[in-house]
Amino acid sequence: MTSPRGVLIVGEHTNGQLGAPTLELLAHGRALATALGEELAIALLGESLGGLPQEAIAYGADKVYAVTDPLLKEAHLDAYLGTLVKACEAHAPRIVLLARTELGRDLGPRLALRLNTALAQDCLEVRLDSDKRLVAVRPVYGGNCTAVVTVASLPMMAAIRPKTAEPLPRNPSRRGQVIQEAAGLAPSVIRTRVLQRVQEAQEGLRLETARVVVAGGRGLGGAEPFHKELQELASVLGAAVGATRAVVDIGWVPYSYQIGLTGKSISPDLYVTVGISGASQHMAGCSGAKVIVAINKDSEAAIFKAARYGVAGDWKKVLPAFTKQLRELL
Amino acid sequence: MPLHVIATAKQVMDPESPPSAYRVDREAKRVVPHPATKIPPVINGFDENGIEAALRIKDAVKDAKVTILAAGPSFSMDVMKKALAMGADEMVLVQDPALDNVADSTVTAKVLAAAVRKIGPFDLIISGRQASDWDNAQVPLGLAELLGVACVPVTRKVEVKDREVVCERILADGYEVVSAALPAVVTVSNELGQPRYPTLRNIMAAARKQPTIWKLADLGLAPADLAPRLLVMDLYIPEKTSQCELIKGENEEDSGRLLALKLREAKFI
Ligand SMILES: Cc1cc2nc3c(=O)[nH]c(=O)nc-3n(C[C@H](O)[C@H](O)[C@H](O)COP(=O)(O)OP(=O)(O)OC[C@H]3O[C@@H](n4cnc5c(N)ncnc54)[C@H](O)[C@@H]3O)c2cc1C
Ligand SMILES: Nc1ncnc2c1ncn2[C@@H]1O[C@H](COP(=O)(O)O)[C@@H](O)[C@H]1O
Repeated sequence: MTSPRGVLIVGEHTNGQLGAPTLELLAHGRALATALGEELAIALLGESLGGLPQEAIAYGADKVYAVTDPLLKEAHLDAYLGTLVKACEAHAPRIVLLARTELGRDLGPRLALRLNTALAQDCLEVRLDSDKRLVAVRPVYGGNCTAVVTVASLPMMAAIRPKTAEPLPRNPSRRGQVIQEAAGLAPSVIRTRVLQRVQEAQEGLRLETARVVVAGGRGLGGAEPFHKELQELASVLGAAVGATRAVVDIGWVPYSYQIGLTGKSISPDLYVTVGISGASQHMAGCSGAKVIVAINKDSEAAIFKAARYGVAGDWKKVLPAFTKQLRELL
Repeated sequence: MPLHVIATAKQVMDPESPPSAYRVDREAKRVVPHPATKIPPVINGFDENGIEAALRIKDAVKDAKVTILAAGPSFSMDVMKKALAMGADEMVLVQDPALDNVADSTVTAKVLAAAVRKIGPFDLIISGRQASDWDNAQVPLGLAELLGVACVPVTRKVEVKDREVVCERILADGYEVVSAALPAVVTVSNELGQPRYPTLRNIMAAARKQPTIWKLADLGLAPADLAPRLLVMDLYIPEKTSQCELIKGENEEDSGRLLALKLREAKFI
């Protein structure tokens, strides 16, 4: 086998477009490949790929392994895993990067085990040290601590949190190489069967893409304020409504409202929190927010460490007046 | 043969402790409690959801046995016995000083896989989606690979029907119903629902049960098997510089009003 070289990233796409996390991953990968003086390759898997390989090149890839197979129609974990194990064995990359998306989060650890290496999970930053070792920075203990880790075996793998890099500018005249490959998947690699996929309609705006988000915590005291006072604020601001895990666990609002480490990641221009303490596991889901505003009766609450503006007071008094004044302004 | 469900449970520091409770020993590269506070140990929260899932299966199929499996350098019996008090039948603890401060998930997965093999035949392993110390979400996936069985991660409902496990796997915009032939590994999230409280009867039964305790050598593992390949270079508490402007009006209503005016003035609305 040739000695490992280059950076390989695992691409993701939906509806004929590369996902935003994949574009960001191309930027991360480009920086590492350039520092190594080696190539940046991307594996794209699907039933058919259309113009995606060229798109990936426009965003920074040197090489595209375009793997098509009917079994890859959906991003099925087992099928992706089988294909990627083969691709990594065939091309022997030095570094493999995934996005820590729903797919990457579950695929990365299994791929690492199959390739007999280790994976740095949920990284915010990746770089090379002077020995060309991959060094990754990642939050641990729910964000209360930060770890710097490295992988001492090849390929060195990392799963990178979305929204930690800006995609490179799209350059349609960039040239690269597209290599068509067959997955050669035996149907027996597929051990799990998807019987049904159910979309649960979300009320209101999508949290992940909303420009303004308002969210409530246990301090709201019950389900009612979510439908009344918080909803009124959301209507005035044209905002999506979210909540903490404490609130969804009690059942005041559905689980789909949960923002945080194990909930949704948001990156609005404005994030207004009401009765939220600011636990690091919650804050992990809103690090992309430009401005955080907090209403909390405890002036010592951790949320005031992350907020730009705040009122230390009872929301029952503060919120109606806040909403009323906003209505007059907007 | 009863259906055999193994629920993995990690003992961790209580993750709901305030940020000020944490300190880092930078030499040893480990998180330690602040000397003035004491972070109590707990069973990892998602693992309690996993035990709940296992017990629901036991309630449903009747003829089932639930074994708790944990690995670590040492355990608080008071904490771990909660798993038995919830209704689990047996508990296996892999307790060995060599398991102190393991950051490499592959190492942990190897230890658990060896323990599972020693425990004997199983039908289903249920784990939490992630451990609240390193938030890795890796060990159960590695375990499934090592055991060569199917894996369904991050689910909110787990049922066993006709030698198959049928799960609802959580997706960003809904869920999918996934099935796999047994044996299999699944992980669960808090969406599964609250873990049950121990009943008095189960607490008394748990008090009489003795966990099986194994050392690494009992699993036929050598130190070389445990050489980590994920290395921790540094560990620290991230600095958070507060730049919050607290708005204070004449009273709370007035503060709310001024907050709105402030946001307009700063052009955020
Ligand atoms: C592994 C793991 C993953 C997690 N993932 C997430 C996650 O994804 N998302 C998440 O949110 N959490 C998550 N958590 C939970 C997190 O640690 C906290 O428990 C949770 O965020 C707290 O929610 P809260 O702020 O609503 O409640 P609390 O911490 O109870 O805070 C309530 C706040 O309301 C204030 N308050 C009370 N009354 C009033 C009033 N009348 N007016 C104004 N303020 C008032 C109080 O001062 C307090 O600060 C996770 C935990 C673990 C262990
Ligand atoms: N040392 C351990 N003992 C028992 N179970 C563990 C251990 N480490 C991890 N697990 C299981 O694997 C899940 C995910 O852990 P992790 O991959 O470390 O985030 C946990 O919720 C546990 O169910």
